Amino acid sequence: MSIRYIYPEFEVVRNENRCIACRVCERQCANEVHSYNEEKNVMISDETKCVNCQRCVSLCPTRALKIVKSDCTLRENANWQNDTIKEIYKQAGSGGVLLSSMGNPKPLPVYWDKILINASQVTNPPIDPLREPMETRVFLGKKNGEIERDENGNLKCSLPPQLELSMPVMFSAMSYGSISYNAHASLARAATELGILYNTGEGGLHEDFYVYGPNTIVQVASGRFGVHEDYLKAGAAVEIKMGQGAKPGIGGHLPGAKIVGDVSKTRMIPEGSDAISPAPHHDIYSIEDLRQLVFSLKEATEYKKPVIVKVAAVHNIAAIASGIARSGADIIAIDGFRGGTGAAPTRIRDNVGIPIELALASVDQRLRDEGIRNTVSLVVGGSIRSASDVIKAIALGADACYVATAALLALGCHLCRTCQSGKCNWGIATQRPDLVKRLNPDIGSERLVNLMTAWRHEIKELMGGMGINSIEALKGNRLMLRGVGLNEKELEILGISHAGE
Amino acid sequence: MKREGEVRIPSGCAIAAVISKDGNRMSGQKIYECMKPMHDRSNGLGGGFAGYGIYPEYKDFYAFHMFFDDRDTRKNCEVFLKERFEIVKSEIIPTRKIPQITNEPDIWRYFVTPLKSMMEKMQTDEKEFVARSVMKINTEMKGAFVFSSGKNMGAFKAVGFSEDVGVFYRLEEYEGYSWTAHGRYPTNTPGWWGGAHPFTLLDYSIVHNGEISSYDANRRFIEMFGYKCNLQTDTEVITYIMDYLIRVKGLTLKEAAGVIAAPFWSTIEGKSDPAERERLTYLRTMFPSLLVTGPFSIVLGFDGGLMALNDRLKLRSMVVGEKDDKVYIASEEAAIRSMEPDAENIWAPTGGEPVIIKVKDGAY
Repeated sequence: MSIRYIYPEFEVVRNENRCIACRVCERQCANEVHSYNEEKNVMISDETKCVNCQRCVSLCPTRALKIVKSDCTLRENANWQNDTIKEIYKQAGSGGVLLSSMGNPKPLPVYWDKILINASQVTNPPIDPLREPMETRVFLGKKNGEIERDENGNLKCSLPPQLELSMPVMFSAMSYGSISYNAHASLARAATELGILYNTGEGGLHEDFYVYGPNTIVQVASGRFGVHEDYLKAGAAVEIKMGQGAKPGIGGHLPGAKIVGDVSKTRMIPEGSDAISPAPHHDIYSIEDLRQLVFSLKEATEYKKPVIVKVAAVHNIAAIASGIARSGADIIAIDGFRGGTGAAPTRIRDNVGIPIELALASVDQRLRDEGIRNTVSLVVGGSIRSASDVIKAIALGADACYVATAALLALGCHLCRTCQSGKCNWGIATQRPDLVKRLNPDIGSERLVNLMTAWRHEIKELMGGMGINSIEALKGNRLMLRGVGLNEKELEILGISHAGE
Repeated sequence: MKREGEVRIPSGCAIAAVISKDGNRMSGQKIYECMKPMHDRSNGLGGGFAGYGIYPEYKDFYAFHMFFDDRDTRKNCEVFLKERFEIVKSEIIPTRKIPQITNEPDIWRYFVTPLKSMMEKMQTDEKEFVARSVMKINTEMKGAFVFSSGKNMGAFKAVGFSEDVGVFYRLEEYEGYSWTAHGRYPTNTPGWWGGAHPFTLLDYSIVHNGEISSYDANRRFIEMFGYKCNLQTDTEVITYIMDYLIRVKGLTLKEAAGVIAAPFWSTIEGKSDPAERERLTYLRTMFPSLLVTGPFSIVLGFDGGLMALNDRLKLRSMVVGEKDDKVYIASEEAAIRSMEPDAENIWAPTGGEPVIIKVKDGAY
């Protein structure tokens, strides 16, 4: 037997007094941690396989289980930390690139948590959302049309294409393939009920979901999987995915094992073949090429649908966004370095890109400095975790936010960060039919609706406190924000004052 | 302590206005006396007036009212003015020394007309040229401030109670077809005269009571179009918004009101006239960043008329009354009664409902 360099990260703690050996944990664990020893009539565990997804814990009828972090540690070393050493053992064993899932977990600054929100006192009144109308409706799209009048002097009310949202939040791109049919069904139904939009990601649109088209953003990514005319016309908007916050500068790779049945059909690629999205779009090597794709898509959709260009937040994001705004895009979506993923090389996820808060602030300011902020809407994602993050993003200058991790959490995800294994016990990031069916779209969509409804209430409370009764009056309203514990450079980039100023 | 413009100062206020629909000219005395019953709505840290039709003999010239910190600043500024304008008259604005008003800057007025060659060089029309010149002085020339720049109108303002400011500026010696007034209650003030109201640009003047919660959203949007909010006051940003919507974008007053005090979506959806619904939806969708929220009551003065408007929740008091050819607007009925004891049809316009009064064509 070879040497095991790594002691399991988690321990399965089973309270023998409570365990009734019902074997639920065994049936629930796709990682095969739990098994039943018939001789002794006890459950036993193999911790090496545990990813701490909490599925067994959540379903154990007698609450006999808990998963704890192992206290078996290597000798402490501030430079060579536990994770670093273990990654070296893994690479020395495999010779491969390390893979990870979901967002960057490193202790880098979360600026949302260093920004505080204002409230009205004395000089103007807070507004009570239970008594007064409080509006969260937003329209995304260009707002720079010329005022035109007919021969009688009446306004001609024609606007460039707009997306109407009941609140400034959308579900961001997660492809069918990376997540399950039932996860997509939950998102599509919830978006429709909420009056917002969800996003197909790059895997095409399952034929069952065309009915949710008015609440769907269809994505065109570098692999062009599942892209055809009906697909483009099915959605309310088309999104060109240039990059993703979790893995800027690289493409995607959905292993052949997940390209089965409807996933293969929807992506329009053979079963079992790897779906590899190239790092660049091979028809876009420069900004002028982007313009051509934007207008190709507009031609294909008869100029009736807004085109979104999604980019990862990278160092030069302000100039990039300005270029995109001048390339005909109706909406720019920026994904911060904490954004999630179904699989990304660990080094890239943890080290490439910049925080969305700083990217948003600099892009919004740059577009204003150039006098073109109203030619484009700005959507930001990459770890929007709560209603207060939404409020802060809008006040910094966003038109709306993209959320995905929060939506997956609502569906049951426990952030075990092993989506790449395809063995998601919660039926989300998997294509195994026995696992997919664990996610009931009736319940899933209801939980998503609940989450967004709760956020909407909170958004209204926060707005009311500031004496603002319509979300558009919050957009870019940076006076409503103050920083705490930020240095002058950070405050300058965020365009906010320090608390107490 | 930071001067106004370097810091944002919230304030409460009193406003009043009067206009003659027949274009009959009234002395400025009534308008400052009507501020007396509203004395407690101000705290002596700012008061001011705007009069329309007051310079008939110079009605074709832009009247620049200016504050200067000292003589050198004025001399410098005059050099700048001469490069861009023909100055037909320049003089000290007559004032009356009274103990209530002290520390006045140098207060001058210039009647000017833009040089055609300069306008051609900058490829702008006359109004845009004047607006940009004013913006340049107020942004770049420390110690010089243009506080009025319209034709046949003028603003008069100071640090003090408004009834005293009226006496100080000898307003009883001016006659106009409409007047607006403002008494200020800032929560703190560095006591700078430029910070008093009304705020004006070209012939637009605004007196305003309130503290808008949308300020920075509005400011950061409007500054994209060449405006510079040097004072950080609501009044200033609302003036620029109105100038942008009406002069630059060509909206009507009513349409502009539908932008800054847009009806709630539920109200729009409840409109029975589909054209009206479409128009209001269009305006809200097109100019979302110019929606003004939080409490305000404003009176916008312009060439030939006034518009009064409340925020859409009506979080500030404002009443309107009439008598013969005159219409009166004020924060409190008491002020209206002071101007016209027999005023009739006193009513409080609902939130977001613009009251537009225009002088008969040709009567001003």
